[in-house]
Amino acid sequence: MGFEFQFEPIVAEWHLIFDGLMLTVWLSLGAIVLGSALAVVLTAARQLGGQAAKLLVEAYVELMRNTPFVVQLFLIFFGLSGLGVRLSAAEAALLAMTLNLAAYCAEIIRAGVDSIHKSQREAGLSLALTRRQVLQHVVLIPAIAKVWPALSSQFVLMMLASSICSFISAQELSGATAIVEQRTFRSFESYIVATTLYLLLALALKAVLGAVGRVAFPRVSGLARVQTKGEAA
Amino acid sequence: MMTSFGWAEAFFLVSAVRWTILLTFIAFVGGGILGGIIAILRLSKSAAVRRCTATYIQVIQSIPVLMVLFLSYYGLSLAGLELPPLLAASLSLGIYVSAYLAEIWRGAIEAVPFQQWEASASLALTRGQQYRYVIIPQALRISLPPTVGFLVQLVKNTSIVSVVGFVELSRAGQLVNNATFAPFKIFGVVALVYFLICFPLSRLSRYLERVLHVGRAH
Amino acid sequence: MSVVLIDNVHKSFGSVEVLKGVSLTVERGQVVALIGRSGSGKSTLLRCMNGLEPIQSGSIEVAGHKVDQDDKHLRELRKDVGIVFQSYNLFPHLTVGQNIMLSPRITKGLKTAEAKTLAEKVLSQVGLSEKFDAYPDNLSGGQQQRVAIARSLAMQPRLMLFDEVTSALDPELTGEVLAVMEQLAKDGMTMVLVTHEMNFARKVADVTVFMHQGKIWESGPSQEVLTTPRTPELKSFVGVDIK
Repeated sequence: MGFEFQFEPIVAEWHLIFDGLMLTVWLSLGAIVLGSALAVVLTAARQLGGQAAKLLVEAYVELMRNTPFVVQLFLIFFGLSGLGVRLSAAEAALLAMTLNLAAYCAEIIRAGVDSIHKSQREAGLSLALTRRQVLQHVVLIPAIAKVWPALSSQFVLMMLASSICSFISAQELSGATAIVEQRTFRSFESYIVATTLYLLLALALKAVLGAVGRVAFPRVSGLARVQTKGEAA
Repeated sequence: MMTSFGWAEAFFLVSAVRWTILLTFIAFVGGGILGGIIAILRLSKSAAVRRCTATYIQVIQSIPVLMVLFLSYYGLSLAGLELPPLLAASLSLGIYVSAYLAEIWRGAIEAVPFQQWEASASLALTRGQQYRYVIIPQALRISLPPTVGFLVQLVKNTSIVSVVGFVELSRAGQLVNNATFAPFKIFGVVALVYFLICFPLSRLSRYLERVLHVGRAH
Repeated sequence: MSVVLIDNVHKSFGSVEVLKGVSLTVERGQVVALIGRSGSGKSTLLRCMNGLEPIQSGSIEVAGHKVDQDDKHLRELRKDVGIVFQSYNLFPHLTVGQNIMLSPRITKGLKTAEAKTLAEKVLSQVGLSEKFDAYPDNLSGGQQQRVAIARSLAMQPRLMLFDEVTSALDPELTGEVLAVMEQLAKDGMTMVLVTHEMNFARKVADVTVFMHQGKIWESGPSQEVLTTPRTPELKSFVGVDIK
């Protein structure tokens, strides 16, 4: 077989690919929103709860970060169905993505919280705020602002990882592409199309997250450049 | 015919670990060598070379690893090459590794204070000599924590290479699950094995970061 | 023949001009002190002399080499011109001895034994023979700076440039570095130093050049320039800077 690329059969199945793309978008957005919320809860538990809560959260985070996403996915999809809870592939995918993303974000936000100088906390406490109020009003927002680039990267990574949900036959972009591949026998072209769409999604998501960061945290000066190459002296 | 999850199945799972480890090793070494070259090219004096390598890195970092696997596998088969699964998986993962390590190592080189470049240039060293004797030794130290951290990512990403026909630990788990249908036990064991590999590496990375930040350069 | 010939040099950083037509000559064996406020252009001028900063117009010739941005030319020049930086810039992963031996070995092709002898010689010249196998982070700032001087001396340069080499040191450590520099001057080394140490300039430098806003404002024999400043800018600078 020569190097003739035929994209027409792929284009013919466009509706399948488009539906897959949409599911990827929805899963990603859902995981981002739910995962971030859960991450904040975990952060609060870690900062405000006792030793037990702190250990539980740390154990959860380490478990999620040191095992592959596909295994977590299998545990949720096959495991829960074994227990009688029948989730659709998409539902299991969303749950797995949320739980996984929450663990990574909790760790990133923790780093942000730790980097807030303790004098900020002391000022808040000196104004008679409770520890929860200090966390909520003084520490959390600046912490998230500081780590927004890292969080954004993690969100994009999760969107890309949604491709793994095809392993449980979720019909997101990768799953849909697999079907298109089977139907058209044009493997390389199918995956070129899918890859290009992922690339565009990643760029779009990065742009949106960047804009959100600038709107939500206008006064945080991103990464300060400390490059004094040759001062005029 | 359903079998129960007994010692034979557990043994099958655990022995699949060696494939995971082997694949990780090959991909890391191969991808590392390629990544090192790309990192240096990324800092080349030629703007065209810099842009090419930057694009390569950007693209690979903006697509799922799954796509890297499929594209390299089907790309190679278009070229007429039917590779054995281990080789196919290693090559594909190697490409993924090269992009990420190139970026990590470029960052490490750029983290060496610019005064070290000036001092070595002022001692009449060529660019190559600067890299070899002054910059890379220091960049190596800086790059150790994130490189070990990336190793953890790599181990986890070996879990999806079954799409190119290679049977590693996760695929073994799927096969056993299809036969015995005991997902919690099976994937529990699988998760535990990954954890036992990845967790020490994660700790090592954090330890290295603490230790190597002592001792500032002048 | 002059060791340094700077002719009508203009240099800008982006849109900001920091050297506005500077001309200067330095003869063999002369010690020239460059003084001035921050932003006057003195460090920039020094860094132009070994090509660390490119110039936009004018010409610089140093130790018989024309200073341009050609890598090979610069490397040849840097074998004859040594520079010592404010932040010492020793290589942290090498011992003191290895720091000193590195360039002579790999750019001048010295054998290890020869390089070692040379290194020991320059190290004793700066009074740190016993530190040959120590690592930089085990040394005080003053010791590190003296090693930096030894490292440049090992290249056997015809000109030594010093960029505010005592500014980052605690007061009690500047003395040991200045003593080394004074001995170098006595031994006949051609030196250009950017410094805030007025007493040192008066005592050791033959010529003092006062720079202001990118131009040479006053220059002449150190005693004259520093004790009887003529322009108001230098008067206020020296008045402020009495040590």
